[in-house]
Amino acid sequence: MSAAAVSLAEILLIVAAGTAIGFLGAGRRRMDLEEWTVGGRGFGVVLLFLLSAGEVYTTFAFLGASGWAYSRGGPTLYVLAYLTLASVVSFFILPEIWEAGRRHGMQTQSDFFTSRYRNRYLAGIVCLVGIASFVPYLQLQLTGVGIIVEVASFGAIGRAPAMAVAVALLVAFVFAGGVRAVAWVSMVKDALMLLAAFAIGIGVPLIHFGGIGAMFTALAHAHPRHLTMPGATTNLGHAWFISTVLLTSLGLYMWPHMFAATFTARSADALRRNAVVMPLYSLTLAFMFFAGFAAVLIVPRLSDGDLALLTVVRQSFPPWFLGIIGGAGALTAMVPAAILILTAATLFAKNLFRPLFAPDMSDDNVARLARATVVVLGLLSLALAASSSTTLVSLLLMGYAGVSQFFPGVVLGLYWRRITTAGVFAGLVSGVAAAVVLMLAHHDPVLGLSAGFVALCLNFLIAVCTSLLTPGADHEPHRADP
Amino acid sequence: MSRRKPSAVTLVLASIPFVAMCFTVPLWDRVYPMLLGLPFNLFWLVAWVMLSSVCLAIAYRLERARDRADEPGS
Repeated sequence: MSAAAVSLAEILLIVAAGTAIGFLGAGRRRMDLEEWTVGGRGFGVVLLFLLSAGEVYTTFAFLGASGWAYSRGGPTLYVLAYLTLASVVSFFILPEIWEAGRRHGMQTQSDFFTSRYRNRYLAGIVCLVGIASFVPYLQLQLTGVGIIVEVASFGAIGRAPAMAVAVALLVAFVFAGGVRAVAWVSMVKDALMLLAAFAIGIGVPLIHFGGIGAMFTALAHAHPRHLTMPGATTNLGHAWFISTVLLTSLGLYMWPHMFAATFTARSADALRRNAVVMPLYSLTLAFMFFAGFAAVLIVPRLSDGDLALLTVVRQSFPPWFLGIIGGAGALTAMVPAAILILTAATLFAKNLFRPLFAPDMSDDNVARLARATVVVLGLLSLALAASSSTTLVSLLLMGYAGVSQFFPGVVLGLYWRRITTAGVFAGLVSGVAAAVVLMLAHHDPVLGLSAGFVALCLNFLIAVCTSLLTPGADHEPHRADP
Repeated sequence: MSRRKPSAVTLVLASIPFVAMCFTVPLWDRVYPMLLGLPFNLFWLVAWVMLSSVCLAIAYRLERARDRADEPGS
C-alpha cells in the first residue's frame, strides 16, 4: 500500500469511528427540543468537560496557534492567557446563567435576552449578531478540515471533497443525536488531539534539534526578536496583548454555542468544577506552539503560516503517523462545526422563525424545523468555505469582536439593578457598529489596541450612561429570575 | 431568589490570574532567563495556567463551604 493509501484509510477510519460513537452516545432517546438542544439539562462533569473542550479546542488550536507561532511569533502567547482567564470569568457568570436558564427553561442565548429584557427586537438582534459571528468561525473549521485532510492524505483527497464528506457526516450525527452526540464525538477527538499534541510538540523539536530547550536556544540565536512581542509583526505589542486577552477572555462564553452549553449542565456545581479543570487542558496548546516555533527554523518562508504545523509534521514523521494526525485534525474541526450548526439552527427556529412567523408553533415543531435547518446550514456553510481566504486567527478575532458585544447585556443584566433595555440596546448596536467599521476599514489594531476591545469599552460606556438616563428599571425584573 | 455575591476572598483569588497573565505582560515578556528549556514568557504563562487552576480550586472550596453554611441541611 502506498503512503497516501495508508494515510487515507486511517483518516477515514478515525472519522467513521468518531461519527459512530456520536450515534451510539445519543442512544434511542426521544429527541424533543430540550433533549436535542441542551441534552435534557443532564450533563455531569465528564460530558460537560468533553462538550466544552470540544467547543474551545477547535481546528484553531491545531493550525492557528502553531500558524501564529510560526508567522507572528510572541503575540501567539495571548492564546494561553485568554483561555485560562476565560475559565476564571466562567467560574462566576456561568452558574448564574445556568440558574436563570433552569428557572425559565432557556435553551439559547437569545432566550436569556428575551427573558431578562422582555424585548423581542433586542432578542432578535442578539440572534442575528450571533449567527453572523458564526460565519467566520464556521468557515474557519471547514477550511481547517480541508487543509488538514488534503495535506495528511498527500493530496489524495482535495479540499472540496474532504469538506463535503465532513459536513455530510456531522449533519447526520447532529440531526440524529443533537448536543449529546456532539459531546460523545468530542471524546474521540480530545483523546486523539492530546496524543497528537504531545507527539508533535515533543517529537518535532527532538528529531530536528535534540530537544525543546535546544530548539528554543537555536531560535533565540537565529531570530532574537521572534519569541517576544511584537515578534515578527510591527503592531502587536503589549497594549494589543492586554486588550486582546481581555476581549477574548470576556468574550469566550458569549459565543452563542458556549453560552447554550451552560444549559446542558446538571448543576451549577458541575460548571464551577469544569472551570477549575479547563485551564489545564489549554496546556496542549503550548505543545502546538513548540511545533510552530520549530517550523520557523525547519521550513522557513512558507507562504501560508496555517500550513506550518502540517508541513513540519510531514517532514518529521512517517506517513502512517500523518494519517492519525489527519483524522484527529478532521474531528477537531467537525466537532465545533457541528455544535455551531446546531446552535445556529436552534436560534433560527426558536428565536427568529417562531416569534416572527408562527407564534403558535409547538416546541415539537420547533425541534423539527431546527433539525431541518441543520441540513440547510450544512449546505450553506460548504458554499461559504469555498470562498475563504483570510488566515485562521484573523477570522476568529473578527467573530470575537462581534460576540463580545453581548457581554455588557449579560453581565450587567445579572449583577446591576439599574440596567435598562434601552441601555443594552444602545450599547450593543454601537459596539457592533464600531467593531464592524474599524475592522472593515482595516483599523485593527487601533492605537495599539484590539479594535474589538475598543468597541466593547464604547458598548459598556453607552449601556451604562443610557441606563442611567432612562427610566424603567423599577418595572423590570432585576434579574433573570422572578 | 437572588444568589448571594461571591466573597471578597474569592474575588481576590480570581483577580490574581488576571494580574499575572495579562496586566503585567511588560514585566515578563522576555526570552531570558530560559527555564526548563522554555523562553521566560512561555514558561511564565505555562506556570500560571497551572497556578490559575489552583486559585480556582481554592475559590471553589471556599464558595462551597459558604453554600453549606448558608443552607444548613440542604
